[in-house]
Amino acid sequence: MAVARVAIRRGAARRSSPRGVTRRRSLVGLGFVGPFLAVFALVFLAPIGYAIYLSLYRDRLVGGNSFVGLDNYTRALRDAEFWSALGRVTLFLAVQVPIMLFIALLVALAIDSGRLYGKSFFRVTIFMPYAVPAVVATLMWGFMYGTRFGLIGNINDAFGVTLPDPLSPDLVLASIGNIVTWEFVGYNMLIFYSALRVVPSSLYEAAEIDGASQFRVIRAIKLPAIRGALVIATIFSVIGSFQLFNEPSILQDLAPNAITTYFTPNLYAFSLSFSGQQYNYSAAVAIVMAVITMAIAYLVQLRGMRREG
Amino acid sequence: MRRKPLRIAALATAALLALAACGSDEDTGSGGGGTVSEADVQAALDKGGNLTVWAWEPTLKEVVVKFQARYPNVKVDLVNAGTGNDQYTALQNAIAAGSGVPDVAQIEYYALPQFALAKSVDDLKTFGAQSLDGTFTPGPWSSVSTGGGVYGIPMDSGPMALFYNKEVFDKHGITVPTTWAEYLDAARKLHAADPKAYITSDAGDAGFTTSLIWQAGGKPYKVDGTSVTIDFSDQGSQEFVSTWQRLIDEKLLAPITGWSDQWYQGLSNGTIATLATGAWMPANFVTGVPGASGKWRVAPMPQWQAGGNASAENGGSSLALPAKGGNKELAYGFVKYANADEGVQIRLDGGAFPATTAELKSEKFLGTEFAYFGGQKANEIFAKSAEQVVSGWSYLPFQVYANSVFNDTVGKAYVSGTTLQDGLNSWRQTCAKYGTDQGFSVK
Repeated sequence: MAVARVAIRRGAARRSSPRGVTRRRSLVGLGFVGPFLAVFALVFLAPIGYAIYLSLYRDRLVGGNSFVGLDNYTRALRDAEFWSALGRVTLFLAVQVPIMLFIALLVALAIDSGRLYGKSFFRVTIFMPYAVPAVVATLMWGFMYGTRFGLIGNINDAFGVTLPDPLSPDLVLASIGNIVTWEFVGYNMLIFYSALRVVPSSLYEAAEIDGASQFRVIRAIKLPAIRGALVIATIFSVIGSFQLFNEPSILQDLAPNAITTYFTPNLYAFSLSFSGQQYNYSAAVAIVMAVITMAIAYLVQLRGMRREG
Repeated sequence: MRRKPLRIAALATAALLALAACGSDEDTGSGGGGTVSEADVQAALDKGGNLTVWAWEPTLKEVVVKFQARYPNVKVDLVNAGTGNDQYTALQNAIAAGSGVPDVAQIEYYALPQFALAKSVDDLKTFGAQSLDGTFTPGPWSSVSTGGGVYGIPMDSGPMALFYNKEVFDKHGITVPTTWAEYLDAARKLHAADPKAYITSDAGDAGFTTSLIWQAGGKPYKVDGTSVTIDFSDQGSQEFVSTWQRLIDEKLLAPITGWSDQWYQGLSNGTIATLATGAWMPANFVTGVPGASGKWRVAPMPQWQAGGNASAENGGSSLALPAKGGNKELAYGFVKYANADEGVQIRLDGGAFPATTAELKSEKFLGTEFAYFGGQKANEIFAKSAEQVVSGWSYLPFQVYANSVFNDTVGKAYVSGTTLQDGLNSWRQTCAKYGTDQGFSVK
């Protein structure tokens, strides 16, 4: 789209030139963007179109396939299980994302401060969890959460205490938050750290000449410099939270009574289509969720950018 | 900056990709209505070809080896696409996508009606499978014959028995319970004597719960074509609920999910003292719990009525021919070889439990001594249990879905103040809603 727009604008700028040339030029442009547009349509637009198409039908075990219009959407909007799933990930978003980004920011500032001994060691160590596949990470944490033979069980035995079960219905969301934080602090830290690295050193020199304290430097130089990175990290986290799937899906085997089939919207869509063969309704749920995610991510972006201006 | 919303849209698209990739196709149904004779099947076996089989049953590996030796032109690709629900997910996915569908698939009895109803598997009457009627015991045979067709050939069966850890029982002076009331007492006694030990583990398992209700004489599901009744208030269901509620309330059940690491460890170290399950379990004991060899024994199921002799099936599966698979004649030839002909003995030698009458009655089978169970002739107990299975049970035509939401509803009774009866009622409601959505008339 952006490419096409540039092509049009260039055409407009050359309106003074003979008409034939313009037309030939735009055809040439089309030849360049054509392959991209074809792939784009095939791998991006077609699946969306197909999902929308699916969501307008209903395939039943008895009675077969029929066109139902927007029925699946009205059902999704009135589906208590869907809303409870959305509520859960919203709570997750509101609590986990700020904690994770704050820790990531703290670590990035610490590493960037240049006062840390073994800087690259810490950078790599903190980033390492991100390199562990989410599935493996969750399995690993699942073992540690075990109250019988896991880490929690060992602590209980060693100290004669009874820690609450991290996989009980009340705590399981917090336990998942812990896993996700562990996984993604390093990733967000790297985004912040790379934004900090491009701050020109002349600014720091000026601050030093003015006699600014470290905290003043952070507030007046570093934080404003990484505002864009913060917005990006937040948007990624918003999308990540709304699409929470791997962690609950794997922990479900260990705590089937605590993690329901509608624990998160994605898990719900997955259960609908694979256990219940409700592909059509599942497509509608996925589309509603995509629209909500886009709307919220866009709001975050608007707000983040306005502050910058 | 203007490009950013587009990027977000692209990210959101990624979420939809996976979903759209598995959209449903129009079901084209099975091709050809003509019957296939035994000679056609034999000709196909001699001619040979490639066959893809999806199954997790461990003894099939040996069957495939011998089958290929017998029919050298046939090449069988045995794929373990997951156990139980994982495999059905993959299978339904492949069927919906219309590609990658195996020629033969292992499907458990509880799941078969759902595949049969959706016409996802072939009616084997085309191959004259109805003539195999007397070959199999009534329980498994009635499970594969639903809606007037024969949708699979029984592979094994799971008449229930009580496996118990004799060492633990002896240590605490507990006698083997013959009724569920005695079982409850044994649970109390054991847990009081050793707070780390539990009579059994149960974290909410749909297959187990329905089997116990079955044994108690409950008939919560009544299916007549497309009209379905779900009702957990009959006497059988009530008997199960009252006993099991007490086990839950008094915290006498280890909250360990079956087949997890903790579960295997519990079976091995004596903290899980009994296991009421299907006769297919011994092979799993040998491979999964080798450390407890010689400690475990088998007893008949505890009874709901003192002096009764009721049993139920738990698990057990068939081999079916997915409608969208290929090589039909060859596929049927393999299924028949594995489940009705030479394959049966090969699988018995590997530790499987048969669904065939002849093997269940043979002296050799009944006289087998299980080293794992201290030389006990366990098959005698299993064979007796197979005869005592309560008749008239049926599963829902959408039991795969029903079982998938069991822990959403009944599972709450295991982790919160919800009672088992309330849990069953809300399970009923969820299933009824789904059934109605799917076009059944549910009462």
